[in-house]
Amino acid sequence: MKHDIPGDAAWSVPVRAGRAITLTALAENANASMLIIGSDRLDRLNIPDTLKSQMTARIHAGLVLMSDRGLALATVTASTLDWHDCLTGSIPSPLLLLELAKHGLSEADLHGSINFFTKVGIDADARLAFVPGHATVGASVTLRAEQDLLVFISTAPHVLATTPAGGVGVQIGAAEAGGPAGLRPEALRALELVR
Amino acid sequence: MSALDQIVEPGAGALLTVPAGGRLRIVDLHGNQAVDTLFYDAHDIDNRYSAFDTIRAQQAVYLTTGSRLMSTRGDELGIISDDTCGRHDTVGGACSQESNVIRYGGHTRHQHACRQTFLTLGAHAGIGQRQLTHNVNFFMNVPVTPSGELKFDDGLSAPGRYVEVTASRDLLVLISNCPQINNPCNGWNPTPVQLLGWW
Repeated sequence: MKHDIPGDAAWSVPVRAGRAITLTALAENANASMLIIGSDRLDRLNIPDTLKSQMTARIHAGLVLMSDRGLALATVTASTLDWHDCLTGSIPSPLLLLELAKHGLSEADLHGSINFFTKVGIDADARLAFVPGHATVGASVTLRAEQDLLVFISTAPHVLATTPAGGVGVQIGAAEAGGPAGLRPEALRALELVR
Repeated sequence: MSALDQIVEPGAGALLTVPAGGRLRIVDLHGNQAVDTLFYDAHDIDNRYSAFDTIRAQQAVYLTTGSRLMSTRGDELGIISDDTCGRHDTVGGACSQESNVIRYGGHTRHQHACRQTFLTLGAHAGIGQRQLTHNVNFFMNVPVTPSGELKFDDGLSAPGRYVEVTASRDLLVLISNCPQINNPCNGWNPTPVQLLGWW
């Protein structure tokens, strides 16, 4: 299935285990802030555990996105960008809170988000600066669902951005098996625990 | 005269009510001891600390004097008003039995972890799994680099160093003195901390 989310909107979609969800930037200033809820509707994306288990401060291909309970939620199987922000969060828009409410979820289910297509650069003193023009039209990232997921996407502009929000295309289809190469042992353990 | 003077052993914790304007000081008695801490609006626990909103608000990763501790609703819950350590983490989250398995293997599944303490003490205030969020790690050193790498490093703290938070509104503060023994966040040797409060 395919769906284009306009800028400044919010959307939610179930993604079954073994399916792939591909996001595509429809404009240079696209930002897709994603929340991920696991199959039991309680377990959810845990950015700190995802980062410290894989020794990274950014989201890129070859990472497993992990839950509070140490389970693989999704694998980042491909990305045209080597940096998607996950350190600067997102203010939940009223539209995003409505999407949560449609699934019986609320503020208590908020968690650290991934801001796909956004880069907030880090300097030597760990000060941050928004990087304009990071994503170009057509930039894409693909996640393979490792369990049945509920995915929330807000296309509100990143809080540090100075331009209006662009849209994001979403396509959900069959995932390729195997890969990606280079997963760390921690990521393989998180995958093993959901299989 | 302090309103609070309490020693917290590693593996133990505390659930505190700190009124607006109150100052909570955490003293790293022996050095390099991570103190995992969560903040909630005492009158509405859905308005809770948000690590990444806090980082964005100050456009810097590490916490120190002047850092405003922000909530999911964009409210200032507290501010770090004094700090003799100089750097605290809010990216690394808390240890859990489950994340220990991922990081260190199945033999760590039944070691005590911060999430156990959070759930045990949080239950007294209606704080359960859904209400837990990404925390502050006082005295913990988690460097991030311009190339987007992250690691756990030896702490910058030392015996007697302290950090102080002044509450911007009535707060619930949930603390776990970290029992982690599998990485250098506690200098491989978890030790007690002291909580002091004035209000």
